[in-house]
Amino acid sequence: MAEDAANGVGMPQLDLSTFSNQIFWLIVTLFVLYYVMSRIALPRVAAVLADRRGTITSDISAAEEYKLKAQEAEDAYHKARADARAEANRIVEAAKAEMQAQLDTEIAKADAEIAARTAESERRIRDIRDRSIEMVSEVSKDTAKEILTSFGAKADARSVNAAVEARLKGGL
Amino acid sequence: MANESGGFNIRPMDQFEVKALFGGDVSWYTPTNVTLWMALTIVAASVLMVYGARGRALVPTRAQSAAELAYGFVYKMVEDVAGRDAVRFFPHIFTLFMFVLFANLLGLIPFAFTTTSHIAVTAVLAFTVFLTVTALGFILHGAKFLGLFWVSSAPLALRPILAVIELISYFARPISHSIRLAGAMMAGHAVAKVFAGFAGALGAAFFVPVLAVTALYALELLVAVIQAYVFTILTCVYLRDALHPSH
Amino acid sequence: MEGDIAEMGKFIGVGLTAIGMGGAAIGVGNIAGNFLSGALRNPSAAAGQTAMLFIGIAFAEALGIFSFLVALLLMFAV
Repeated sequence: MAEDAANGVGMPQLDLSTFSNQIFWLIVTLFVLYYVMSRIALPRVAAVLADRRGTITSDISAAEEYKLKAQEAEDAYHKARADARAEANRIVEAAKAEMQAQLDTEIAKADAEIAARTAESERRIRDIRDRSIEMVSEVSKDTAKEILTSFGAKADARSVNAAVEARLKGGL
Repeated sequence: MANESGGFNIRPMDQFEVKALFGGDVSWYTPTNVTLWMALTIVAASVLMVYGARGRALVPTRAQSAAELAYGFVYKMVEDVAGRDAVRFFPHIFTLFMFVLFANLLGLIPFAFTTTSHIAVTAVLAFTVFLTVTALGFILHGAKFLGLFWVSSAPLALRPILAVIELISYFARPISHSIRLAGAMMAGHAVAKVFAGFAGALGAAFFVPVLAVTALYALELLVAVIQAYVFTILTCVYLRDALHPSH
Repeated sequence: MEGDIAEMGKFIGVGLTAIGMGGAAIGVGNIAGNFLSGALRNPSAAAGQTAMLFIGIAFAEALGIFSFLVALLLMFAV
C-alpha cells in the first residue's frame, strides 16, 4: 500500500493527473444537462402543470356554478312545495266551509220538516181527541135517550141533551 | 496489501479509479469511465424529464408524475428556502439537483463508477456555486453584501470577532459543501466493498456480510437521495444569503 | 505481522481519527431527536421545518465527514 500511495493510486480521488479529465467532462456534462433541462424538460413540465392548474380552476368554477344552480333549483322546489301546501290548505278550508254550509242548510231543512211533521201530528192528535169527545157525548145522549125510552118515559130530546152535556162537562 | 497473498485481499478504493475507456493514458480530453457515467447521468435525467413527460397528459402517467414530482419538489425548495426572487435560478438549481441525484443513484449500480465520489467533481460543483453566489451578492448589493459578516444584532464589542468567524465559515462553505457529498458517496461505496470482501474471505459464513451489504445498500440509496437534497438545499441557502444579505 | 513502526503509527492514527465520526453521529442524533420532540409538541409546524432539519443534519454531518476524510488521507495518501 505504501508504494500505491507513492504512485498516487492509493486514493484515486487524490490522483491529480485525472483532475483535468474529470473537470473537463463535468463541465461538458453540466452544459448539456442544463441545455436539455432549461430548453426542453422544464418548459414542458411547467406547461403541463400550468395547463392542469388552469383546468382545475375552470373545473372548480364550473362546479361552483353548478352548485349555485342546484341551490336555486332547491329553493324553487321548496317554494313550489310551500305554495302547493298553502293551496292545498286553502282548498281544504274552502271544502270544509262549503260542507259546513251545506250541512247547516240540510240541518235547517231537516229541522223545519221535523217541526212541520210534529205540528201535523199534534193537529191530528187534537182532531182525534175532539172527535172522540164529540163521539162520547153523542153516544151518551143516544144512550140516555134509549135508557129513558126503555124506561117508558117520553124523553124530551132537548132536555136530555142539555142534561147529558151538563153531566159531561162536570164529569170530564 | 497488494503483494500479500491470501487473507483479506480487499481493495476498497479500486472502484474509484479513473480509467480511459479505450486504453492509453488519461489526458484532459480522453473518454474515460467519468465520461461514460456522466453521459449516462444525462441520459437518465433526460429519460425522466423529457421522455417521461412526453405525453403532456392532463392526468399524468407514472413517469410523468415522477417528473412533475421532481419539478415541484425542487421548485418548492427554491421558493421556500431561497425566496421568490430566486425562482429565476430555478433551471440552474434543478440541473444541479438532477446531476447529483442521478450520479449518486447510478453509482449504486454494481460495477458502476460514481462520479460524485470524486472530490474534483464535487469541488467544481461547490466552487461554481460559491463563486456564482458571491459574485451575485456583490453585483446585487455592492459593498452592502459585506453586511452578511457584520452581525448588527450582536453587541458592538463582539462584532469584529463574529465577523472573523463568519468570514471563516463563509470560506469553509465550498469545502464542506464538496467534501460532504464526495465523502458520503466514497464512504458508502468503500464500506460496501469492504463488506463484500469479507463475504469472499469468510467462506461458509458468507451470508452474514451479504446481509450486511444488503442493509447497507438500502441505507446508501437513502443517503444518495438525501445528499442530493442536502447539496441542493445548501445551494438554496447560499443563494438566499446572496439575495438577502441582511440577517 | 512484519512491517515498520511508522506503518503501525499510521493505522493507530487512522483509528483515532475515525472516532471523530462518532461525534458527528451524536450530533445528528441530537438534531433528529430534538426535531422529533418539537414536532410531536407542535405537529402542524413540523412540516415547514424539515428543510431546517436537513440543513442542520448536513452541517453536523459535514464535521464527521471531515474526520473520515482525514482518516482516509492518513490511510491512503500519507
